[in-house]
Amino acid sequence: MNPNDRSYTREHEWIVIEDADARRALVGITHFAQDQLGDIVYFELPKVGDSVSHLGKMGEVESVKAVSDLYSPVSGEVIEVNAALADRPELTNEDPFGEGWLIRVTMSDASELDTLLSAEEYTAYVAEQH
Amino acid sequence: MDSVNLRTPLYDTHVALGGRMVPFGGWDMPVQYPSGIIAEVRAVRTGAGLFDVSHMGRVYISGPSATAFLDTVLTGSAATLEVGRARYCMICNERGGVIDDTIFYRLQPDSDGNDRYLLIPNAGNRHRVLDWFGLVIGQRFGDRGHPHPSPPPEGEGIKGLGVTIDDQTMQSSLLACQGPAALGMARGLAEDGLDGLRPFAWTNARMCSADVLVGRTGYTGEDGVEILAPASAAPAIWTALTAAGAVPCGLGARDVLRTEAGLPLHGHELDEATTPVEAQLERFVDFSKDFIGRDALAEQRANGAKLTLVGLRMPGRSAPRATYALSVLGFPAGQVTSGCYSPTLDTSLGMGYVFPEYSRPGTVLEMDKRGLVEEITVTALPHYRRPRTARARRRG
Repeated sequence: MNPNDRSYTREHEWIVIEDADARRALVGITHFAQDQLGDIVYFELPKVGDSVSHLGKMGEVESVKAVSDLYSPVSGEVIEVNAALADRPELTNEDPFGEGWLIRVTMSDASELDTLLSAEEYTAYVAEQH
Repeated sequence: MDSVNLRTPLYDTHVALGGRMVPFGGWDMPVQYPSGIIAEVRAVRTGAGLFDVSHMGRVYISGPSATAFLDTVLTGSAATLEVGRARYCMICNERGGVIDDTIFYRLQPDSDGNDRYLLIPNAGNRHRVLDWFGLVIGQRFGDRGHPHPSPPPEGEGIKGLGVTIDDQTMQSSLLACQGPAALGMARGLAEDGLDGLRPFAWTNARMCSADVLVGRTGYTGEDGVEILAPASAAPAIWTALTAAGAVPCGLGARDVLRTEAGLPLHGHELDEATTPVEAQLERFVDFSKDFIGRDALAEQRANGAKLTLVGLRMPGRSAPRATYALSVLGFPAGQVTSGCYSPTLDTSLGMGYVFPEYSRPGTVLEMDKRGLVEEITVTALPHYRRPRTARARRRG
């Protein structure tokens, strides 16, 4: 269920490399995260040009019930924010690994990826936590 | 991991339906089902939703002094409540602070001709309420020499001279079927149809071969019923109502619905340091009788409360949340007590306490949303009022 093409944080974000040479990557939250949140109603995301840091807070997500922090899997610069989420945050409930992505970044240090979990490790991590 | 929380007779039903179980008030309760909170809220506003509210208490009060006792501990009058009717009111401490808010039903007199009532405390306050009742009975109803253990052992009850308190929470269940279609569904299930059941009235009925009590009460801002049934009958009644089209709803939807309807929740809008006057609940306080807390409330009513409960509203979907600070030009103005995104009104809304000078609808306040200051507007309560039917309008 957690795609093998990407890496995961223990805070339930994912990152997938789109262009290794350009160090360009896409970031989102996992199926498990959206399921735990329930109906998502609002994202507070960084803006284009903002810096994000490895496992640093990059924004917030509000569901009907609660507010949760979002963490960036890597350090870098935000080059795009998923504009569709402003009107349809539920896209992340419906398609967390696809249409419901959050931000596109240029990574400043690709070695940070080594600190993240593989799909297999993340799946085991979730099973162990819950 | 074994849970230390209590489980209602419908626990297995919730798990089978995919309900996400969370701890609440000492119980494991479904916060939502797989369709999600927004869909559940819509079901209640447009059709019918079904809630397990068995976590709330069922406390029977009877005896020759039952009415006098309730008129001592409740802000609302027991003496003027007719058999067959229910009333919402508060249980206050000496300072007028709210120990709990409750609905109580006047039942048929018992076989000795003594008055008999059913009182529904909040889940998390049941033991506190029983403890308080035991204390008051010990001090004022002639049982001084036998102070009661607090809380009394499950099922043993409290006996004073003329007052008997019997906690039947664990032997029974309580279901709430709420929404414009709810009464019709309950009628369809009741053997005698529930004819003539008015708002805030109750009747005995039979459903799924069980004796039940049906009250036309609820906590969602919609019409509907609450069904008190033996624990063993709860799964059959639940299944029959869902088969009739009622959508299973969890605590998440219940919280959104009651917030939209401006209904207070103990622990948020109400607590032992907050009074019904501050909470804008004076219409549920009968100042013509003597009850614990009356003097404090009368003083506050005469001299003005320091805080007042208001509605809060802001555009968009990012919600005000409990504990967010409110200010005006940087000076403290109050605090948010509840809030959510409202699927019904498609805006963010909530409730909070403010100093009286900021309570006028239209007043714009600053709200500290986790370090981000946003504007939020004071509104009248409730945010949502159900469309009234022609028949209800005629009746007034």
